[in-house]
Amino acid sequence: MAKQLTAVLGTGQTHHRAKRTDVSMPGLIREAVDRALEDAQVDWPDIDAVVLGKAPDMFEGVMMPELFLADALGATGKPLLRVHTAGSVGGSTALVAATLIQAGVHRRVLTVAYEKQSESNAMWALSILPPFQMPVGAGAGGYFAPHVRSYIRRSGAPTHVGAIVAAKDRRNGALNPYAHLRQPDITVESVQASQMLWDPIRYDETCPSSDGACAMVLGDEAAGDAVPGGAAWLHATAMRTEPTTFAGRDQVNPQAGRDAAAALWRDAGITDPMSEVDVAEIYVPFSWFEPMWLENLGFAPEGEGWKVTESGETALGGRLPVNPSGGVLSSNPIGASGMLRFSEAAKQVMGRAGDYQVDGARTALGHAYGGGSQFFAMWLVGADKP
Amino acid sequence: MKDVAVVGFAQAPNVRRTHGTTNGVEMLVPVFREVFDRTGLSKQDIGFWCSGSSDYLAGRAFSFVAAVDAIGAFPPIHESHVEMDAAWALYEAWLKIRTGEVDTALVYGFGKSSAGTLRRVLALQLDPYVTAPLWPDSIGIAGLQARLGLEAGLWSEKDMAEVAARSRADAAGNPYAQVREPVEVAELLDAPVVADPLRAHDIAPVTDGAAVVVLASAERARDLVERPAVITGIEHRVDSPALGSRDLTRSPSTEAAARAAGAGEVTVAELHAPFTHQELILREALGLGAGVRINPSGGPLTGNPMFSAGLARIGEAATRILDGTAERVLAHATSGPALQQNLVAVLERD
Repeated sequence: MAKQLTAVLGTGQTHHRAKRTDVSMPGLIREAVDRALEDAQVDWPDIDAVVLGKAPDMFEGVMMPELFLADALGATGKPLLRVHTAGSVGGSTALVAATLIQAGVHRRVLTVAYEKQSESNAMWALSILPPFQMPVGAGAGGYFAPHVRSYIRRSGAPTHVGAIVAAKDRRNGALNPYAHLRQPDITVESVQASQMLWDPIRYDETCPSSDGACAMVLGDEAAGDAVPGGAAWLHATAMRTEPTTFAGRDQVNPQAGRDAAAALWRDAGITDPMSEVDVAEIYVPFSWFEPMWLENLGFAPEGEGWKVTESGETALGGRLPVNPSGGVLSSNPIGASGMLRFSEAAKQVMGRAGDYQVDGARTALGHAYGGGSQFFAMWLVGADKP
Repeated sequence: MKDVAVVGFAQAPNVRRTHGTTNGVEMLVPVFREVFDRTGLSKQDIGFWCSGSSDYLAGRAFSFVAAVDAIGAFPPIHESHVEMDAAWALYEAWLKIRTGEVDTALVYGFGKSSAGTLRRVLALQLDPYVTAPLWPDSIGIAGLQARLGLEAGLWSEKDMAEVAARSRADAAGNPYAQVREPVEVAELLDAPVVADPLRAHDIAPVTDGAAVVVLASAERARDLVERPAVITGIEHRVDSPALGSRDLTRSPSTEAAARAAGAGEVTVAELHAPFTHQELILREALGLGAGVRINPSGGPLTGNPMFSAGLARIGEAATRILDGTAERVLAHATSGPALQQNLVAVLERD
């Protein structure tokens, strides 16, 4: 028997802020979960299993927090899984939850991802130097800036392309009531005037550090059929990994990302992603990763992603709106950032994206990456069954 | 949905301390080699990889990231990771094969418990707002659990010592075990208590280790080994984290998982009980009678590598089918304070 059809029945997320000191970790999670259950019109007895994802435990200072969160997650007496695949974790958590339905084990699964960085100190958590490894010592921006410089050199992209991405995503974020940063008046010029942090990445081209959570309810075909207005149906999923460092590794356009995208398009029967995909939620923590991932994902030939961005095709109303929700540049609860991409893709094809709804969106990509551009997770969802 | 079978198992020696890094690479490379040799498979033949490990055990974020180095560079792999014992990584891999997306999977777990003070590290699994600040450590909590059972007349200190003595006698035949000296029950009961009522023999040793299990669809498995161990049921459940609201002398999550997995009528059971009294709780929850052979490997009381000990239970149980000495076996894995989360797998000869 082949894979069971799987659908997104509903989604929910928190208001994302630098510090959500008004809630505990269980409180933060329940804010997203309660919204997802309401959106999916299901109640606790309908949930067969729970899959939780988050980035390193040291970001909150709790070892395997799913154990103490079992009651708050409604998981007590049920199966509970905890996924951790670095920054891609929100995406891979959703994919593990989907597998539970695809394998015919469960009918409805709750999947949740969160990060509450204000509970601890993420910079401290990332600064423990293990032996025999090259220290980064400059945060994620310092790690990725050389990759961006390499991309600019290789592609010959004009230097304002990053600012175009940042201004677009922050303006999109202003349309999203849950976004952490909402800057309707930001411009390419104001981004270019902001402080340089890690050349060529400026302050306004950098993701914030957020507290936040995201949840989704996934279901089987019968559950998907019952969704008023239509569910988001999974057309294909893909995950790929490669090691952080080895001779000959292309960190600008990693093979693992290209392989994952190729598998995704093949399994979904898509031959021309730029024409056949209506909207994409892509993990862009630093502005330049939009053109870089457009190439890695196959939306543009190598070296030409920046032309798609510069022409305005990735803005709302463009040929391929990218991150209409505001993306990671507007909200970044690390462990949840990938699931937000996946759920925003689902919201678009369900017609539930509110002020940033892409007209006529029928097919949407959700994408996440993590580690040193080495873990990739993605799904393609559609308004129609595959 | 496709049936799934265990076709290979390998483990690193269970030792008190390794000199390798906390990312497990030095322990994993030889066991990958061993399991590939045994199954005739290579890296390119593996459809899905899944691992279990813990950043807190390693004392650093992203400890699993460097473990991928043990697999090698190209081509990129289809891979996932759980921050749990690798028995749950095996569950995720089982799902992947069930969907038909892949027909082989390699599951691994690793942990260097010696990198920190394990009982203190595990205290950080507790509710960070109301319980962890009191610093009840993992052995202290298990001691409370053992005391509750003693006072309820559910077990005696002698029952507990008998579990330890049997485990050590069996470990004498297991070259991978950490504690292998046979010992008399009376001698054990003469020892001082460590965390009243627990004595040293009641507590699993602190162990560094790693384990690997290879899974295949039942069809593929028949080409790889003579007697694949088909997984006929695998289920897991979690109990409340609120220690005060649980009856700690029972394990409802084990009972529910066993029911759902169709446990029963097994001849061998490998139980992941890091404390002697927890084996007694599990035997009750699983309905294992006197005729069932418990932990012929010696079990976790003779070597408890964190994050691979649960996976090793599945590997050890499957080995009884792979080597033709059993027809139907049970494996169990646990996680969290006082047996909070439990997984039960039933494996049968094809």
